[in-house]
This record gives sequence, C-alpha cells and structure tokens, in this order.
Amino acid sequence: MRVTASAEFMLEPAFFPPLEPNKDAGTSRDALGLGQRVEPGLNTRHGTILTLEDISVSFDGFRALNALNLYIGVGELRCIIGPNGAGKTTLMDVITGKTRPSHGKAWFGETLDLTQMSEVQIAQAGIGRKFQKPTVFEALSVFENLELAQKTDKSVWASLRARLSGEQKDRISEVLDTIGLTTSVNRPAGLLSHGQKQFLEIGMLLMQDPQLLLLDEPVAGMTDAETAFTAELFKSLAGKHSLMVVEHDMGFVGSIADHVTVLHQGSVLAEGSLEQVQDNERVIEVYLGR
Amino acid sequence: MNQPLLVTATQKAGPKVSIAVGAVVLALLIALPLLSLLPQDNALHVSAYTLTLVGKILCYAIVALALDLVWGYAGLLSLGHGLFFALGGYAMGMYLMRQAAGDDLPAFMTFLSWTELPWYWSGTGNFLWAMCLVVLAPGLLALVFGFFAFRSRIKGVYFSIMTQALTFAGMLLFFRNETGFGGNNGFTNFRTILGFGITEPGTRAVLFLATVLLLVASLFIGWRLARSKFGRVLTALRDAENRLMFCGYDPRGFKLFVWVLSAVLCGLAGALYVPQVGIINPGEMSPTNSIEAAVWVALGGRGTLIGPLLGAGVVNGMKSWFTVAFPEYWLFFLGALFIVVTLYLPKGVIGLLKKRGES
Repeated sequence: MRVTASAEFMLEPAFFPPLEPNKDAGTSRDALGLGQRVEPGLNTRHGTILTLEDISVSFDGFRALNALNLYIGVGELRCIIGPNGAGKTTLMDVITGKTRPSHGKAWFGETLDLTQMSEVQIAQAGIGRKFQKPTVFEALSVFENLELAQKTDKSVWASLRARLSGEQKDRISEVLDTIGLTTSVNRPAGLLSHGQKQFLEIGMLLMQDPQLLLLDEPVAGMTDAETAFTAELFKSLAGKHSLMVVEHDMGFVGSIADHVTVLHQGSVLAEGSLEQVQDNERVIEVYLGR
Repeated sequence: MNQPLLVTATQKAGPKVSIAVGAVVLALLIALPLLSLLPQDNALHVSAYTLTLVGKILCYAIVALALDLVWGYAGLLSLGHGLFFALGGYAMGMYLMRQAAGDDLPAFMTFLSWTELPWYWSGTGNFLWAMCLVVLAPGLLALVFGFFAFRSRIKGVYFSIMTQALTFAGMLLFFRNETGFGGNNGFTNFRTILGFGITEPGTRAVLFLATVLLLVASLFIGWRLARSKFGRVLTALRDAENRLMFCGYDPRGFKLFVWVLSAVLCGLAGALYVPQVGIINPGEMSPTNSIEAAVWVALGGRGTLIGPLLGAGVVNGMKSWFTVAFPEYWLFFLGALFIVVTLYLPKGVIGLLKKRGES
C-alpha cells in the first residue's frame, strides 16, 4: 500500500476492513512498477469508499455544512447522529449529487469525483439512498418496485426491450422474502403501511446492490420487532456493502454501530465507538443532554 | 338504473366482452367507408358528411391517445399538442397545395406577388418527402423543445404553460403572410392527392381507412409501451422522479422518447385530418384546441388507453350536436364539463365504470 505523507491521511479513521488476499499479489502492474491498472468498477485501493474533505455548503448565507471531513471505509457500518439542523440530510444530498458543495472534495473510491457527477451517474456508480420519508412508486406493485430498482442496464432502449430472466426473478423473490413482503407482492405500493414502505425501500436498495448505502432514518415508524430485524439486516449487509446510517433512535444506533460520527452545526464534533462518543463532554453538552 | 347492472355484467364477463366490444367497433369503422361507396339511393348509404365527421373524430382520438401517453403515463401535461397536430397538417397541406397548383406557385403566393417558392417548400411536391416532413417537423420541434425543457427540469404547471406559449407562438408565426404558409387563411381548395380527386368517395374511403389503421397502430404502440418496463419507468417517473433518479435511471431520456413519440403521432393524425377536412389554418394551433384535447383525456380517463379515445369521441360527438343546436353555449358547456370531471371524476369515465363494477 502506498502511504502518502499528507496530513489528511492521518484523519482517516482507524478502521481497516479485512483485506481479501490479492490473487495477483506480486504480479500486478504495481509490483512491476507500471503504476495503477485501470479496472472497471470502483477503485478502493486504500480501503476508503467515501472521502469527504473540507466540505462546505451554504444556503443564502446559512452554512449547512462547514468544512466537514468524513471518511467511510469499505464494508464499514457508520452511524451519523446529531441534533436537528446539524446537516445530516444535507450531507446525504452532497454525497448523492442533489446539492453541490460550495467548497471541498468528495470522492467515491479513489477515482470518482462526486462533485462532478450527476445524481444519476452517482446512483449508477454504486451509491444507493433511502429517503427520510419512505419514497416508493405508489402506483406500481411491490414486485414492480423491486423490478425497477434492480441492478441492470437502465437506458431507454434497454427498458423498451427488457424481459426478466429467471435469475432476476429469483433475486426479486429472495429480496421479497428478506423484507417480509412476499404475501403483498402484487399489492400497489401505495397501499402498504408506513413500516412496510420502509422495508420496500430498503428492499429496493438491496436490489440495486450498491457499494455504499445511505440510509436516512430507516427505522422511523417501525415497531420494536421490525427495528430489531432491521438492525440484524444491516449488520448482515456490512462487510459486503458499506453503510452510512443517519438515525435518531439511540437504541438502534447502539445495536448496530461499530463507529459513530456526531455532527453539530455542519461539522464533525466527535467520532469513535458509541461509548467513546457518549462519554465525550462536548457531545453530552450539545446533543445527548444530561 | 340498469347501467350498474350492465357494467357489473361487463366486469364479470371480463376481458372477453371488452374484446368483443372492441371488435364490433372496429368492424363498424371498417364498414363505414365501404358503405359510403354504395349508391346514394341505397338505404345503407353513409353520407360524405358523416364519414368526414367520424374521420375527423378519429384523428382527434389519436391526438388524445398521444397526449395521454405523456400526461397519463409520464405526468407531463402538455397544453400545446395542437401545434404538433397542425405541423403535421401543414406538411401534408404543402403537398396538397403543390398538387393543386401544378407547375405554378400556390395561389396565395401569387397574391403576395412572390415569384419563386421559399426554400422550405422545395421538394414538397414529392409525396414521400411530404410524408417525411409530417414526421420530421413535429418530431424535431418536440426533440429540441423537450431536450431543453427536460434538461432544465421544467415540470408541472411550468411545463404546461411553456407548451401553451409554444403553440401560441406558433400560431402567431403562421398567421403572418410572410411566413409563407398562407397567413390566416391557411391552405384550402385542395384538388388531388396522389392524382386522385380529394372529394372522390373512393379517396375519402381510403383516407378514412388509413385513419383507422393509424388509430389501431397507435393503440398497439401504447399498449406495448404500457406493458413494457419502459411504461413502468414512466409511471415511476410521474409518481417519484427523485426516487427514480437515485435508482440510476436518467429521467430525461425517458421523457424525451415518449414526448417525441407523442408529437409524431399527433403530426400523423394532423396529416390525415387535413385531406379529410379540406382545410388547415393557424386556428388549429390556437391554445383552446390544445386545452380541449386535455379535456378529452381527462374526461375519458388518464393513464388508460381506451379512456382518451372514449373522451375524444364523447366530447366531439357532443360538440357536433351542440354547435348545431345551441352554438353559443358550447364553450360554457365545455368549461363546465372540465370542472365537473376535475371535481368528481378524477379518473374519468373509465374510472367511474371500474368503480361501479367493483362496488
């Protein structure tokens, strides 16, 4: 691994996922001194899937994000907490291209500059997002919702000629099973309960199979049992995917997070395990309260 | 009332009855032009007036269907589809004018003391090129307009207003004599099409059949689109565009495709309308025409394929009767109809039938 002598490197979280042994170790172009090979897919050579550096966003003079730095490792499950107005949703908007930062760098993997990409390109590159308010295609059935989300060619021509393969159908029924909506497969999504819509949206993310999942308050409106189930689901996703979860429910955060970032007034206030964060004087002061 | 019973029966019998009804209507539409060829004194003879009227309504039905593809499925309410219809009509009209004028200039140009054809008239004497223009003129305009409108993410009421402004601008442009399309008189006094007299019963019958064919083809295209994944993407786009973008679909391409397709269908309908009705003038681009098309779709039922056809048929049928019986009240009636449909029949007549069938 190449180690750069920049200060920013030191800001990276002390989290390194177990690296898969590289089959080509010693024979790659790196080893031969030919530098980096351009490979299809995401380049995450340094173990960081998302790099946000010095990000600032202002709305009419109000600084929603203020010189924010955030690094998310490959396979990590990161929880973002913070009081209302701390900039959590704005942060997601910046990552997904909905809002352009007025300043700062945002990289997906090592090579993709998120500030230069459109929302669609970012989604296609492998960042999936669940909205705070569950957003599904209400006029379409549960099955069709999952079908549309499926990872496949999403151009106009492909959609005109698309036929579901057996494999794709299997994948849909697998996800239906995971999110517990098998019995509602043909119901219009608009008729589902709030909690079911949440699960459907999570299911759509699973179908999309992104490398990085952004989840904005995923357990709002869920029963305790559903929340516990979601926690298990997210934990099983971590490792294969990277997750960034914004949540208010501290119980839920405690049950899933190995790493927590506290936002306050648009920048990172504290970072670490939940216990570390909860013991942090400043966090207690601004957020958790006594 | 026995109507609910009838509807329930239809529902129970399922798609078989719908197919049967469709087949009967289609058979009638094919029989109509053939009956018009019978001698005048025959009891079954269909007059040229009736044939033209029904042919005109069929052209409107195609417009309604095209509008429904963008409004009912993709959620883009266009109040400017009359422009695409008129452009197709004008392209056909140019050919018909050249046919009527022979080797001379069309009459209105002689009145303007022009000595040669403007460049955009070149080749219009050729039927095939005129047919290309029928597709290209509305298609390219829709492509350019749609490209910029969708790129700038114009939607909702802003989109509707812009389409309305577009057709109004088109109308003002075509009203000018200098534009070279006959000013406010437009094109009329057609004589022949492909060498056949335009008022001949045989020509009328063929034009009518061509209209029926285009309608059936449009229905088929609409049906295939609605059943494909493309159709589901359009519905998704209408309901939650943001969600769709974050699923990795680029809404612009989908909107542009259906928008251009819709404009081309309108242009083709206009091209069949002009030789049947015998006139095209800038009045066809007036905003009220486009709004009326939206009323047809709303009345019949958005987001269904049969609804708009039904709406176009019912409203235009009523219009023919009304404008003879109480000509001065037609517009009031049309306005009232739109209000009633918006308030009480959000899903149109088709929605009403379905609801009654279910209860």
